Amino acid sequence: MAVLAAFVFAFLMVVLVIDLVRRKKLREKYAVLWLVVGTGALILAGFPQLLAIVAGVLGVQVPANLLFAMSIVLLIGVCLHLSWELSLVEDETRVLAEETAILRSSLEDLQERMDRLDGAPPRRRVRVPPVPSVLPGSAHPSALHNDR
Amino acid sequence: MASMFPPSRVLVIMPAWNEHETVGATVREVLELQRGYDVLVVDDGSRDNTAEVARAAGARVLTLPYNLGVGGAMRAGFKYAQLHGYDGAIQVDADGQHDPLDISRVLAGLESADISIGARFAGRGDYKVVGPRKWAMALLAAVISRLARTRLTDVTSGFRAANGRAIRQYIDHYPAEYLGDTIDSLVVAVRSGCVVTQVPVEMRTRQGGQPSHNPAKAALYLLRSVFALFLALTRRKSSIFVPAGGL
Repeated sequence: MAVLAAFVFAFLMVVLVIDLVRRKKLREKYAVLWLVVGTGALILAGFPQLLAIVAGVLGVQVPANLLFAMSIVLLIGVCLHLSWELSLVEDETRVLAEETAILRSSLEDLQERMDRLDGAPPRRRVRVPPVPSVLPGSAHPSALHNDR
Repeated sequence: MASMFPPSRVLVIMPAWNEHETVGATVREVLELQRGYDVLVVDDGSRDNTAEVARAAGARVLTLPYNLGVGGAMRAGFKYAQLHGYDGAIQVDADGQHDPLDISRVLAGLESADISIGARFAGRGDYKVVGPRKWAMALLAAVISRLARTRLTDVTSGFRAANGRAIRQYIDHYPAEYLGDTIDSLVVAVRSGCVVTQVPVEMRTRQGGQPSHNPAKAALYLLRSVFALFLALTRRKSSIFVPAGGL
């Protein structure tokens, strides 16, 4: 009975992971790990004596302990992998944040120049206190920005 | 590949996070120097009107969509500098603790170096720290001085100038982590071949907020700075001689 329950559980897990990948809810690179785990669980559920044999070979006295130890190692591995991926994603979002900020400033400059070309009043002109002139040719001609 | 001195165009980069009380005055002070510096305020995800105040004071503003920390704000600023053809950049705090009159002194350090640090303990001013924070700063200064083959007394100062070469290096490596903007970026820059020098400056009292004197925080600071130093010393060098692609 217990063997059947383990088998059904492992089977459902494999089916769930495949379905998630199929529906693009889970990226393949993360699915691979879970599929390996699920397949391992399926094999163990199908041949429970396998665990005892491996435990005997490795010198583990209680076969269940081998299972627990392997589970813990695997979970730590998964956590580390996720932290690693998260750091990667944070790095990528940081780059995006920088680029959007720079693009936004360029866009504001462009809008301001367009407004001036059109002779239209700027959308919202910030009153600029007397600011000393900037060196000729250095950077941008105006300290005026229209803010949206 | 020598960089030109003096830099033809200088960008003053001011990272600002919820600094609406002080940023306007600081920006105006820099512009009133009439040295031709452009001021870029990097609004690091502020929840107040830092960006508007800075803009009204005459600064260009980069608005980051969320808070990245000083390191993140500075790298955005360096990218902006490179994109717009600046060959000199200097970081100045928005809270007014760096005296704008010292900007030209710190920039003058670039004559013989790629990175010039405005140092707070180098004879001028009366900036003091005590306890674990002091030990941490002394240790960092000693290690980085040896690495840079020059005497540096204040490696955690945020008052730093960079020439075109250092800007390229910073874009390659400028971590957003705590201390990444000071220790990590500096150590990797030195190891990648940038020359560092320091210029004594005075610190003005901050116009808002007080430096922390909590001993537990200071001890944590010591640990974190040693860890940051260790990481920086073991990182791979960057190859600044190959211009990085992209922005």
